[in-house]
Amino acid sequence: MARRRDHAHLSDEALVALVSRSDESALAELYDRVGGSAYGLAYRVLRDEALAEDAVQEAFLALWRSAGSFIPERAKAATWILTLVHRRAVDLVRREQRRRAEPLESAPEPATASAEEAAWLRLDRERVQGALAQLPDQQREAIELAYYGGYTQSQLAERLGEPLGTIKSRMFSGLTRLRELLGGDINDSGTERTAWTSTT
Amino acid sequence: MDLHDLTAGYALDALDPGERERYEEHLATCEPCREEFQGFWQVSGSLGRAAGGPMPPASLRERILEQARSERPNVVPLRRRVAAPVLSSAAAVAAVVAVALGIWSLGLSNDLDEANSVLDVLGDPNARVHETADGEANLVVTPTGRAALVVRRLAPAPAGRDYEIWVFDRGIPHRAGLFERPGVAMLSRRVARGQRVAVTLEADGGVEAPTGPTLFSAPTA
Repeated sequence: MARRRDHAHLSDEALVALVSRSDESALAELYDRVGGSAYGLAYRVLRDEALAEDAVQEAFLALWRSAGSFIPERAKAATWILTLVHRRAVDLVRREQRRRAEPLESAPEPATASAEEAAWLRLDRERVQGALAQLPDQQREAIELAYYGGYTQSQLAERLGEPLGTIKSRMFSGLTRLRELLGGDINDSGTERTAWTSTT
Repeated sequence: MDLHDLTAGYALDALDPGERERYEEHLATCEPCREEFQGFWQVSGSLGRAAGGPMPPASLRERILEQARSERPNVVPLRRRVAAPVLSSAAAVAAVVAVALGIWSLGLSNDLDEANSVLDVLGDPNARVHETADGEANLVVTPTGRAALVVRRLAPAPAGRDYEIWVFDRGIPHRAGLFERPGVAMLSRRVARGQRVAVTLEADGGVEAPTGPTLFSAPTA
């Protein structure tokens, strides 16, 4: 994967600023940083390679076509991109009715990315899975079905045979707990990544 | 329905399209919800990065970059708009819209299909992108004529005024939606090849025919 060294030192946010000026190599660098996670996320929701590619492509095109106009200064670009991809994915999964029988089933392990990228993703994943594992079962179930399964909260209430209010409060409590568990460690800025790689 | 208790569902993308839209409007005016959302959003971002899954094929990267490369829009000269200060508190607005993904549409999306369609349009691989000369706006038009106007820099509409979008067909203006601030506005009207899209500042709620000067416009030929 040819990475543009002249952009490698830039923050994600700086790259977005360049993308908004139609800098293609900045888009490439952003893809190299976020594309792997984005595709993994889309695949986990959609369970279909072609649809997952569509979701990622559409999100990056939306980024390319609109960048400067709506990524706020304080938002983390990677989080924003994943938000776009996720939204595309859930919209597609609902549209395609591609509901799989076992949305909770873990996705396959990542294939080889760059060693650094793979290590990073694995670490991040373990940390989040660790936090999820500490949630009460019902909260974890609500969050996983919603986020990875693409279910709306109304669909979840129906599927689980619970009042909508119960589903909402499980999501709320679960996210609140996750926020505490992941604490200040959940920023996706390059600083965290740098800090981690430098201790390796 | 109490909109305050939709924050978690919104952060997880678990709202129905109608709820999603109502919540985004609510978020624009509710500071406590914005704060709560910021925290939950970081969590859902972590969930996203931790999703696992296979790596994408190399062809996906090439496909995206090739498409982006092919979209260097033609630059079309147009009258410069009256200078409006760039809103220095854009960040404040944007914080909202971090959220709403900056997508702003006003008074045109009672149709729930439309509520979902902003990303459909912006992400459509077959859409054509037209840029105004000063780079202040992009018009993205799908093959079926659905269109979104991406407004990069513009002062928010003064109190009592709205920006109105027009589709000019052989010189005749047709109303195509309202917006109040930079962001992405969905056009309520389809755009055909050869038509021109323009924006004027009008009275609150819009008018039947444009009265103000054209702030920017994009031909679609």
